[in-house]
Amino acid sequence: MTARTDAAERADRRRRRVPYLLMAPGLIWLFLFYVLPMFRLVITSLQEGSLERGYTFTGNFDSYASVFTTYLPQLRNSLLFAFGATVIGLLVAYPLAYAIAFHTSRWKTLFLLLIIVPLLVPFLLRTLAWRVILADQGLVVSFLKTIGLLSESGRLLSTGWAVLAGLVYNYLAFITLPIYISLDKIEPALLEAANDLYATPWTAFRKVTLPLSMPGIISGTLLTFIPAAGDYVNVELLGNRNWTMMGNVIQSKFLVIIDYPAAAAISFTLMAIIVTMVIIYVRRVGTEELLT
Amino acid sequence: MKARVFYRTLLGFGIAYLFLPVFVVVAFSFNDLQGRRNVSWEGFTLRHWAEPFKITGLSDAVLNSLTIAFLSALISTILGTLIALALVRYRFRGRSATNLMLFLPMASPEVVTGSALLTLFIVAQVGRGYMTVLLAHILFNLSYTVVTVRARIVGFDRHLEEAAMDLYANEWQTFRRVTLPMIMPGVLAAFMLAFALSFDDFVITNFNSGSLQTFPIFVYGATKRGVPPQVNVLGTMIFVAMVVATTVFLVVQGRRKKAEP
Repeated sequence: MTARTDAAERADRRRRRVPYLLMAPGLIWLFLFYVLPMFRLVITSLQEGSLERGYTFTGNFDSYASVFTTYLPQLRNSLLFAFGATVIGLLVAYPLAYAIAFHTSRWKTLFLLLIIVPLLVPFLLRTLAWRVILADQGLVVSFLKTIGLLSESGRLLSTGWAVLAGLVYNYLAFITLPIYISLDKIEPALLEAANDLYATPWTAFRKVTLPLSMPGIISGTLLTFIPAAGDYVNVELLGNRNWTMMGNVIQSKFLVIIDYPAAAAISFTLMAIIVTMVIIYVRRVGTEELLT
Repeated sequence: MKARVFYRTLLGFGIAYLFLPVFVVVAFSFNDLQGRRNVSWEGFTLRHWAEPFKITGLSDAVLNSLTIAFLSALISTILGTLIALALVRYRFRGRSATNLMLFLPMASPEVVTGSALLTLFIVAQVGRGYMTVLLAHILFNLSYTVVTVRARIVGFDRHLEEAAMDLYANEWQTFRRVTLPMIMPGVLAAFMLAFALSFDDFVITNFNSGSLQTFPIFVYGATKRGVPPQVNVLGTMIFVAMVVATTVFLVVQGRRKKAEP
């Protein structure tokens, strides 16, 4: 009798261990190559010294002070570009997602594919293509000059506008898809009900469609804001020195100038700012689980 | 009726906008340029397509990118599938902590992840190259593979597995004969996504590649001197290959779905 319950208990204990065993390799990987590096980043940011003499940990916060003095313009640019790209992206993506969800009938999958397919062109090549499109002799510039939006000597390439255009373009699919997914889940009966209750199309949109698409808006805007705030490639390829972002400073301090403590401090600050903003934003708008 | 025209036009403009750079990339692989800067149209030629591997270093870079993408996608898909199975199938302590651990890498900007890894490799005195890039790629792919596979597992019938167990299949047999075939579409989708993400990654790679060249690293380096049109040729080839792979995957999936009762 006792032997049986022992065996049952052992089997039960084994079963309880299964999920941990399944997750172990992946979680160890995440620990070694995500958690540990993040700790190392913080420790590096509190070091002092130089490349020749080596760096020692002193718990010195000076590197952080410089983030908010010397690199304030870059910080401002990062947030400005990320915010701009997110707002413009949302304004472009929402109508697109709406049109696909409600006005394509049986061609839905095709249109979704058409949104994703440009992503299969390598990111750097897509961004370089905007150099051609926005070039000084290009069609876009001459069109804007004709309608008077750009002065005779005006240009787009190597300006902040080009950077913004590049950011909006590169992340558009990432904001369109989540919005589409939440719009697609909406029961048509809900909209019919609104209609039956004499809601105007605009009221129905405001009271039914928009709130139900909120989860998509939240994940979509995050999927744009976060990478855009950390981006440096668009500035590098489309902008000019006046518009450099946090990412540019991190990149050059780590790989060109080699000033590890300062670079680590800027990198960690960027992370902290983004995490804080994301938490406030998600709390404000309210959503249960982002991952699902 | 008016609404329909409006939305069709909107979609038309949207798609055209998204495809404009794609068109430019493809078109400039045929550009008969004389100088080094491939930025304005100078006439049509097929000569770059005749010798796509003429540029020194470019073919090695592409080869590195392909093998890294394959290996990192394979490993991250295996690790990710195991985590996804545990998350959907079992109730256990530490679930929400695990979810957070998976969410954080996706919520971190690439510069931060890349530079944090760099600080670790520096202090551990690991030489940067193929291995460090591979490790990093597996890391950033992992969360995406979990999410992709999980989406597939959530929707499927547990009773089939219970039936197999009732028929005296052990856990491993049940997994191999019942669970795996059912979640295979999700696993394949995760692999393809991971492959594409890895192949296209520039930022994290740039921090951890040392002197290793991958396709994006090569392109970035070339922007300073002028990007050779062969880059556009290879970019176009990769693009076409990926579109074909995705289409085949979707068509096969669609057929299967229809075949299922």
